[in-house]
Amino acid sequence: MDTVIELTDVAKTFTRRHRRPGKIRRTRTTISAVDGLTFTVAAGEVVGYLGPNGAGKSTTVKMLTGILVPSSGRIRVAGLEPARQRSTLARRVGVVFGQRTTLWWDLPLRDSFQLIRHLYRLEPVRYARNLDQLVELLGLGDLLDVPVRQLSLGQRMRGDLAAALLHDPAILYLDEPTIGLDVVSKSAIRQFLLDRNRAQGTTILLTTHDLGDVERLCGRVMVIDHGRLAFDGSLEALRTLVPVPRVLVVDLAAAGPPMAGVEVVRVDGPRQWVTIPAGSSAAALTARLMAGYDVRDLSVEEPSIEDVVHRLYAGQAGAVRTPGLPVPAR
Amino acid sequence: MLTISQLVITGIDAIAILIIFQHTSSYAGFSLPEVMFLYGTSGVSFAIANAFVGTVDQLGRHIRAGTFDAIMLRPVPALVQVAADQFSPRRLGKLVQAAVVLWVALATLDVHWTADRVALVPVMIVSGVFIFAAVWVLGATYQFLAGEAAEAMNAATYGGNYVTQYPLSILGKEAIRALTWVIPLAFINWMPALYILDQPDPLDLPAPVRLASPLVALLLCLVAAVVWRAGVRHYRSTGS
Repeated sequence: MDTVIELTDVAKTFTRRHRRPGKIRRTRTTISAVDGLTFTVAAGEVVGYLGPNGAGKSTTVKMLTGILVPSSGRIRVAGLEPARQRSTLARRVGVVFGQRTTLWWDLPLRDSFQLIRHLYRLEPVRYARNLDQLVELLGLGDLLDVPVRQLSLGQRMRGDLAAALLHDPAILYLDEPTIGLDVVSKSAIRQFLLDRNRAQGTTILLTTHDLGDVERLCGRVMVIDHGRLAFDGSLEALRTLVPVPRVLVVDLAAAGPPMAGVEVVRVDGPRQWVTIPAGSSAAALTARLMAGYDVRDLSVEEPSIEDVVHRLYAGQAGAVRTPGLPVPAR
Repeated sequence: MLTISQLVITGIDAIAILIIFQHTSSYAGFSLPEVMFLYGTSGVSFAIANAFVGTVDQLGRHIRAGTFDAIMLRPVPALVQVAADQFSPRRLGKLVQAAVVLWVALATLDVHWTADRVALVPVMIVSGVFIFAAVWVLGATYQFLAGEAAEAMNAATYGGNYVTQYPLSILGKEAIRALTWVIPLAFINWMPALYILDQPDPLDLPAPVRLASPLVALLLCLVAAVVWRAGVRHYRSTGS
């Protein structure tokens, strides 16, 4: 497959000047937002780009679009250097910032789309075809004449997605696309993105805190921490690399001390949470507990991907860092 | 409506010139039609430049609001997008008023209109447009470094318009030197006007300097373009 995004040893530092109280001269501190980032993304991949706040996710996306100029290293997107060829690149990429609209606040969606048509110089036929398609898929029919500021968050997000895709970009960057949305809106947007990826082969790079997005969409996960790549691989590989045990939730007949012979992680009245040891089955543990206690109800909690990533950040998995890790087969 | 009110407000400072000449027949060695000529050429250049690039002073607002990110994502030069944002016909009120003053000045000026003098009028106006525009862009670029600098910039643009409405010879030589060599506003209309009106140069500069406006405009635009590009490359975006 063709490589569409290529970063080689990319770094971005910001200098910040502080004014100290009582001093006129300001001190400078250098902050490293991204430090030695190297990865490639092939055409048609959907990649989840995860990390805590301030890890460098947005900085990376801004460098990939040419908004920010990298301090060092080499970036190629669709064969172009984003910072130097920003305008040319803009025709091939679409960007959605979840927290901030790229639409015109006071204009109805229809007029915003018209403006985009002019900015991208889209041919009328192609524009009409794409618009009809997006309006239908994203359910925007009734919203076209509503000013953007009156749209709900979910509606605005669908409008932003349509705006980002009107010019048929081969690459789509999504920065927190489902932030603040309800379950139904999230699901609609995820389905739309999956369909788009399958039908048009659109490469999608998604930064998110919502691990539902990742589980649903991303064949590949990159975890960034302190500006460095902490993991690059499939979701399953991440789970295997950072094993977080499943937990058995046991409801006893009466409140009591933690059960003996098992690892109880939490007690809340008659309910107790018990770790299922690695290599052991829930059935075996259940049988043991049933033999010794008056168990009323049982359920198994699967570890959320959030727990997995959290462990990775916390460095509990030891030598997790795998710089320059080749992309595992999917 | 706004265009009309703009017309009235800017009309008031043209009337101020008439009031000055109620009391004197010459102002720093310039007659009423000559001052009106300076006023008109400066005003027309300023109004046209303002209409095209005046909104670049909103750059700081775009940067703070994060809308500059969206601007950077479009396949149209960022400067064009910032300049085209919120275009308003209100800005043309000033143009009408300045053009009327210029027309009256040209009709009443006591000048021997040779071909080169006639040709120099449109040349100086166009040069003036580009000099004002370049100053505007340079001022806006400063906002990449200092978030809120619209006022400092307005001192150079609106202030530049104000100072070039009158003969620069009312200022001290140091001020004229600064307006010639540091912020070359003297080339908007003062230098070519000296040539057209055959007036003495208080700085006694060589005669060709009076015709240097197009060259100055070109150089200043090149500087503005380079500085703007550098500013965009140093743009830091806002956190999200």
